[in-house]
Amino acid sequence: MSRKVLLIEDEPNIAEAIRFLLTREGWQVETHAEGADALQVIRVASPDLLILDVMLPGKSGMEILRDLRELEDMQGLPVLMLTARGQTRDREMAENAGVSRFMTKPFSNSEMLTAVRDLHAQATQS
Amino acid sequence: MRDTLTGSRIRERRQIAGLRQAELARQVGISASYLNLIEHNRRRIGGKLLVDIASALTVEPSVLTRGIEATLISALREAAADSVGQKAELDGLEEFAGRFPGWAGVLAQMHRRVVSLERTVETLSDRLTHDPHLAASMHEVLSTAAAIRSTAAILADTQEIEPQWRDRFHKNLHQDAERLADSSKSLVTYLDNSDSDGDHRGVPQEDVEAFFDANNHHFNDIEHGGAAADVDLSELDSAAAKSLTQDFLAIYAADARAMPLKDVQAALAEAPLDPLQLASRFSVDVATVLRRLATLPDGYLGRPTGLVVCDASGSILFSKSVPGFAMPRFGEACPLWPLFQALNRPLVPIRQRVAQLGRAAAVFDCYAYAWPQPGSKFDQAPVYRSVMLVRSVEDVAQDAQAVARVGPSCRVCPHDNCSSRREPSILSEGF
Repeated sequence: MSRKVLLIEDEPNIAEAIRFLLTREGWQVETHAEGADALQVIRVASPDLLILDVMLPGKSGMEILRDLRELEDMQGLPVLMLTARGQTRDREMAENAGVSRFMTKPFSNSEMLTAVRDLHAQATQS
Repeated sequence: MRDTLTGSRIRERRQIAGLRQAELARQVGISASYLNLIEHNRRRIGGKLLVDIASALTVEPSVLTRGIEATLISALREAAADSVGQKAELDGLEEFAGRFPGWAGVLAQMHRRVVSLERTVETLSDRLTHDPHLAASMHEVLSTAAAIRSTAAILADTQEIEPQWRDRFHKNLHQDAERLADSSKSLVTYLDNSDSDGDHRGVPQEDVEAFFDANNHHFNDIEHGGAAADVDLSELDSAAAKSLTQDFLAIYAADARAMPLKDVQAALAEAPLDPLQLASRFSVDVATVLRRLATLPDGYLGRPTGLVVCDASGSILFSKSVPGFAMPRFGEACPLWPLFQALNRPLVPIRQRVAQLGRAAAVFDCYAYAWPQPGSKFDQAPVYRSVMLVRSVEDVAQDAQAVARVGPSCRVCPHDNCSSRREPSILSEGF
């Protein structure tokens, strides 16, 4: 059974590159570019892993993550957060909201792939 | 050549001596307003009056006319006050400056340079964190860089890539390279402009502050009964800045009507500054008094005076700077400021003497007061604003009081053991 990743990112060219890389790794990749309805999209997609941008139209990734973690069945979903803001304060805010891994743009492809592999491995072990 | 700065030196020496303008005027037998004109170099001075003022200030008349030494000594005093872990021999300051004027000049110059650099660090740090235009520009640059890095690495590292994917990535790369060039150019233009002409576009509060600064926070037309709406705002570019300025001018006009200038001047001549007494005398609230005091012309209060107003979220809405007391441009100031304590105790006037850590260990008397905004319906929860008057203290030793230590904002505060710290400082201790 294939693993599914949901990528919520409003930069189409970043989304395309990530989709290409993860597809080659055997992931089924769904993409979405809006923040406002993201929670509903996550519910419907029911992914094994979520990659979430912070600056999204409609609703920030940070808010989406907070709302997500309040849902009982979404507390274990691995979430990799991508952001151009890498300050300590943003990192702490993401950790408090329940992020699994925080990655600052611009990131390397290998860094992103390693994070996805690690998060998936941890989730399947637990 | 006529010396045009004798008045400034008298003012400087008077402040060093810890004398109020009215006291010095009384000692030499002239009015405080005439001394004020002299100190602002609007009246020439010489002869007996110069000798009398010099005598009252216990300096030689030549110090006031030459001035170099006084300026230098003042700068050296500031350097000594700012030093951390090194105590200067203040008793021998004049002797040092007299014997080694060159070295003293170098020291004063270095201190000015340090102050200037620290101010730049604070401004850039503040702007980088909170300037919405800069934050958006940086986000655009970093996001585009992320797309380029990822796409370029795919093209470079993938051995076999389908032609349709390769073509698509080439197209994306081209688009992103164009976008990066545009956003970088825009960012550089923004930084260049904001550094060169003080124009910080996109942040209306800064335009408002610059407008009030350019007018010394005093509007003669309004003082003489003119309407706030008639003030010329043509130099403001954005509609947001004009609207905000209009709002603050309307508050200014209401305060000026409630506390006419000549009546305030009379009250200040009769008694030392006491905002509560003034509130009672003019039948206004304390917030009106504090705002009004900050709009008085130079010389009325005898000491440099600043003002800061925030809303219930702690966001700074308006500020008038005062030398030595750093005010973050976009909010997120030190939570220990009396301004914020007042928000916790609405309608209770707060007075506190504070020393702001960081650039200079200058001491200020702060008067703060939080008052509710007018509601439009019954049973509406009050929303408070807070105002703080910041008045420099000239001679702390003569008027010993408990002094609370506060910072400018956490990012540029060197206090390493503060339970109210919000985030680590970018300054090393003793910067």
